[in-house]
Amino acid sequence: MKNILDCTAVELGKMIKNKEVTVMEAVEVTLNRIKEKEADYHSFITVMDEAAMIRAREVQTLIDEGKLTGPLAGVPVAIKDNMCTKGTLTTCASKMLHNFVPVYSATAVEKLESAGAIIIGKTNMDEFAMGSTTETSYYGVTKNPWNTEHVPGGSSGGSAAAVAGKECIFALGSDTGGSIRQPASYCGVVGLKPTYGTVSRYGLIAYGSSLDQIGPICKDVTDCATILEVIAGKDSKDSTSVDVETDYTSALVDDVKGMRIGIPTDYFGEGLDKEVKEAVLSAAKVLQKKGAIVEEFNLSLVDYAIPTYYTIATAEASSNLERFDGVKYGYRTGEYKGLHNMYKKTRSEGFGEEVKRRIMLGSFVLSSGYYDAYYLKALRVKALIKKAFDEAFQKYDVILGPVAPNVAPKLGESLKDPMKMYLSDIYTTSVNLAGLPGMSVPCGFSKSGMPIGLQLIGDCYKEKNIIRAAYAYEKERGSI
Amino acid sequence: MANIISDETIEYVGILAKLELSDDEKEQAKKDMAGMLDYFDKLNELDTTGITPMSHIFPIHNVFREDVVTNGDDMENIMKNAPESKNGTFVVPITVE
Repeated sequence: MKNILDCTAVELGKMIKNKEVTVMEAVEVTLNRIKEKEADYHSFITVMDEAAMIRAREVQTLIDEGKLTGPLAGVPVAIKDNMCTKGTLTTCASKMLHNFVPVYSATAVEKLESAGAIIIGKTNMDEFAMGSTTETSYYGVTKNPWNTEHVPGGSSGGSAAAVAGKECIFALGSDTGGSIRQPASYCGVVGLKPTYGTVSRYGLIAYGSSLDQIGPICKDVTDCATILEVIAGKDSKDSTSVDVETDYTSALVDDVKGMRIGIPTDYFGEGLDKEVKEAVLSAAKVLQKKGAIVEEFNLSLVDYAIPTYYTIATAEASSNLERFDGVKYGYRTGEYKGLHNMYKKTRSEGFGEEVKRRIMLGSFVLSSGYYDAYYLKALRVKALIKKAFDEAFQKYDVILGPVAPNVAPKLGESLKDPMKMYLSDIYTTSVNLAGLPGMSVPCGFSKSGMPIGLQLIGDCYKEKNIIRAAYAYEKERGSI
Repeated sequence: MANIISDETIEYVGILAKLELSDDEKEQAKKDMAGMLDYFDKLNELDTTGITPMSHIFPIHNVFREDVVTNGDDMENIMKNAPESKNGTFVVPITVE
């Protein structure tokens, strides 16, 4: 029998269904693994030992009674700590929410629970999802299980590290500018940011509302499609969610004959690590050998994605984070003189450095006198970027490129120079700006032994194209 | 560096952002912000005359529904999160003298 911790979600779900393993065993083995490894990885902010065991017994009964038959029933899952979980601490990795216990769960979380997945804990992240390394967390740094001297990426670094370090079977992350795909790439796991609106954002603590999406972080493409099928769908509690066909697992077909794949030459220019470039291009060759039509093209506007992204994301963040004022929940400063002083001291003490930097910048670009020059300008460029992708998708089914320009950097290297950290988001942010689905699939290792990720980008609502390409590639690549 | 952030601007942004910065933090914020704005100015290389600002990617329309309460009263748990509360209300510092 396969070791529980080495199973994918779908494999473990089957073993539970066939009564080879009980849900209690699956949860206990996972919790023990967390106990053993947390000192090294620190993937979690909260581990839900007791609640998970109680739920495991309930789910086992429901499975035995034939009331839970889905593929994820009984499978342990970790949730990024910016998604509300009813009755369980949800911190967003901030001092500001150090004591916040939500009274409702995020829709994506509820859907997983109804499917019988067992939530075993809340994962570490960059504070309010602002960062690319999981080093801005108030609760300490998460380390990359492939080499604990390196970052796991971010902001969903805890979720990616927990999957790579076998501290859960799969996880949920959120992606505003690459926060699922980049840590998935750095940790050698699969991560998908769905088309904007595919997964409800209800209960996701907002960063950049026009860009945020929840998605799976998991061990293989089959899990990815299976999890997305469970969490996707229109939700009356999120007016931007859309009614889409969710039969993603039907795209798990090992056939890319005739699929048109475009490689943007402007993704392979200056700044891209040579090892990453080679790994990504050999993955393209694999798909070509399997019958895909692969050609290079010029996407254009690549250099404008990051300034556009940071203008829009910080603007939205400055507005979204106004709610943290020390009145209704979370941290409140100890001493203050009057209401406004209370607000200011609460926020200055409750937010970390990177969050304050982005709130300041966002407040500036939205301020009268600068609104047109910065914020509206960025929204205009966003329209141009969207148009460039629209044109590309008239010619191609899938766009293939790197996820990040490098492999996971060492701890402490990135925060010294925030601008450098922002620039590492070059291949991921445009996907959020255009609302597209994007996936990270492991495609090799650097000489130093760190994983490299391949990014597959699809047109809006065309998740099935990237799932099919990723599945075909994975079949050829074999397990890593 | 093309953009220079004045003391007045940082003061003003601090008021908008409801953040109280120490003098050291203000100096750092001036530098960080100027650097980012220099970078944002790259967008001016693009001619966007006649381009409509895109706030939402898809053509969505407002949807109306009846305003009916569907969730239950969870006041007790909601108030547990309040830094300070009294008789089911949030306690805030005096706002009107």
